[in-house]
Amino acid sequence: MTITSPFDQLPAGAIVNLDHPAHMVHWHFFQMSVANVVVVVAMLLVFALAIALPFPKPARRRKEAS
Amino acid sequence: MSSSPLLRKAQSDVSRQGAGVGALTQESRPSPYQPAYLRSWIYVFGLATAAALAVVVVSGVILSLKGPEWWQDAQLGHFFNSIHLWSVELAFFFMVIHLWGKYWMAAWRGGRARVWMTGAIALLVAIPAAFTGYLSQQSFDAQWVSLHAKDALNSIGVGAFFNATNFGQMYNYHVLLLPVALTTIAVAHIALVRRHGAVPPFERSVRVQQLPDGDAVSVGARDEG
Amino acid sequence: MTAKRPTGWGDGTWAGALGPFGVRGLAIGFGFITVLAVMLAVLFSSPDERPSTLTQWARERPIDFLETAVSELAGTTIAAEYGPPYNHDAKGERILFLRPQKWLGVAHPIVAGYDYVIAPLRAIRGQPMLQADLTEYLGAPNYQKADGIEGFEKAIRNVKVGTDGSARVPAGEYENVDNVMNGLLSLAQSGGLEADLLPNGGLSLADYTKPLLFLGDGKMFEDRAARQHLPPNQWAMMDETGSYPGLPALWPYTFWYEIEPFKASKNRDILVWLVMAVLALAFVCVPLIPGLRSIPRLIPIHRLIWREHYRSARQPPASA
Repeated sequence: MTITSPFDQLPAGAIVNLDHPAHMVHWHFFQMSVANVVVVVAMLLVFALAIALPFPKPARRRKEAS
Repeated sequence: MSSSPLLRKAQSDVSRQGAGVGALTQESRPSPYQPAYLRSWIYVFGLATAAALAVVVVSGVILSLKGPEWWQDAQLGHFFNSIHLWSVELAFFFMVIHLWGKYWMAAWRGGRARVWMTGAIALLVAIPAAFTGYLSQQSFDAQWVSLHAKDALNSIGVGAFFNATNFGQMYNYHVLLLPVALTTIAVAHIALVRRHGAVPPFERSVRVQQLPDGDAVSVGARDEG
Repeated sequence: MTAKRPTGWGDGTWAGALGPFGVRGLAIGFGFITVLAVMLAVLFSSPDERPSTLTQWARERPIDFLETAVSELAGTTIAAEYGPPYNHDAKGERILFLRPQKWLGVAHPIVAGYDYVIAPLRAIRGQPMLQADLTEYLGAPNYQKADGIEGFEKAIRNVKVGTDGSARVPAGEYENVDNVMNGLLSLAQSGGLEADLLPNGGLSLADYTKPLLFLGDGKMFEDRAARQHLPPNQWAMMDETGSYPGLPALWPYTFWYEIEPFKASKNRDILVWLVMAVLALAFVCVPLIPGLRSIPRLIPIHRLIWREHYRSARQPPASA
């Protein structure tokens, strides 16, 4: 491995290290890594929030000149 | 038909502004009104998906500037590799939520079947695009996945042509063929959405009426046919 | 002048080239997503688990390498008996009377014993004794070859690896199989076997089919996946190494492999693909499928999504 330019040397390590073997979720025949389960659960949560959270009302504006 | 002058103006705006780039400068302000049924956070996920795909493409272009060794060996290359990976995760994340929202709104109504279909095809094309990206990493996981994927592809006869263990071929599908296909389908999808507009609620048509105080409300007129 | 009307009932909901969000909305959206992707990259980085190679395998697990190599020579490995598109040694999966696996023939030919053992050894120069042993082995009747292979397979299991990385079986009747295998091990440990199995001697760095199938027949590759908690089946399609998320969207595909009748079937791959083809078609054609397209009306999640609309909807003026 040869570093040849300054562009190649900027630090890019992780703050949270995910580089260890995954923990797996087993439920009957179903198996998925914890990370994947987190993503699926987050999807459901964000979907529920997107529906439930109120959307800001538009600012009242003067009547537009047409 | 509604006789609201603002509604007529909006209709005229839409019909004037074809696909021309010049139209961009005419819409530097938000639309003059917005129907009440658009006031939900679920509507941002189409945009979020498109934005995430744009980040995927840009980070992918940067990765392809320096080639495979860069994203494996150099720290900056690895950083862009990380952006590319996480923007793909975001793209799928938002795409699935967008899909769920559109399904529960039955967004194919009112002549919008092609909008749904192009969106569904985009998702189906995004999956092999992501899969070939998996393989292009040339990592241990790429080896493991390709070893298992080849069995499925071989069983349907596709493996003789589309060889999951041929990195050169998979890389070319990933950086050229599938992005072109996905972008084309996504653009068609967005163009169709633009043409048809957002689907209205089940029971009412899209009539909107400007109130004197600047707000807009939906008014009922006809049921869905 | 006839202006083009928007079709459907979308009057005004896309009032402008850039939709209801406008330029500002689009810019905010794109900027937000870009920042989010960069933040995730800074927080979590991405996996970088280097690939396994034949050279590494031969150096670190020489006994496993030799056990696999002698099975390739015997033609009893998965690669050797796979069938199309690698060889004609099996018919492949079928559905009813259809065998699509055979339709495009042997597109990536692998003759395991020849490709993995004989051809690479034949290409070595400057080792006349090895070439003589190989010639003698190839000239022996089949039953002698089989005896030699069987004897070697039994003996290699109990061998200890030497400090020089070699794995020599005790003296016995192996019909030159031991010498052939030792020659192959030296070649692999020096990196030469990898180059022999890649197109253009490795310059193309493109088609990894031969080395990868060889690796896949061995135990080292499997053990490495097990250490990473990668499942030894189609579930692995969803996973990344480490604790990174992979492609969880693939679970509607991978879970079929774990349920009957797919699980026990010899034709599970093609059966699962058939199911997926039907589901994908149904997914695309939802607007055309009665029942499926009516579910959103019956389960009124839309009333939550459009609650503002339902709250503010008014009756049309009586004069309209």
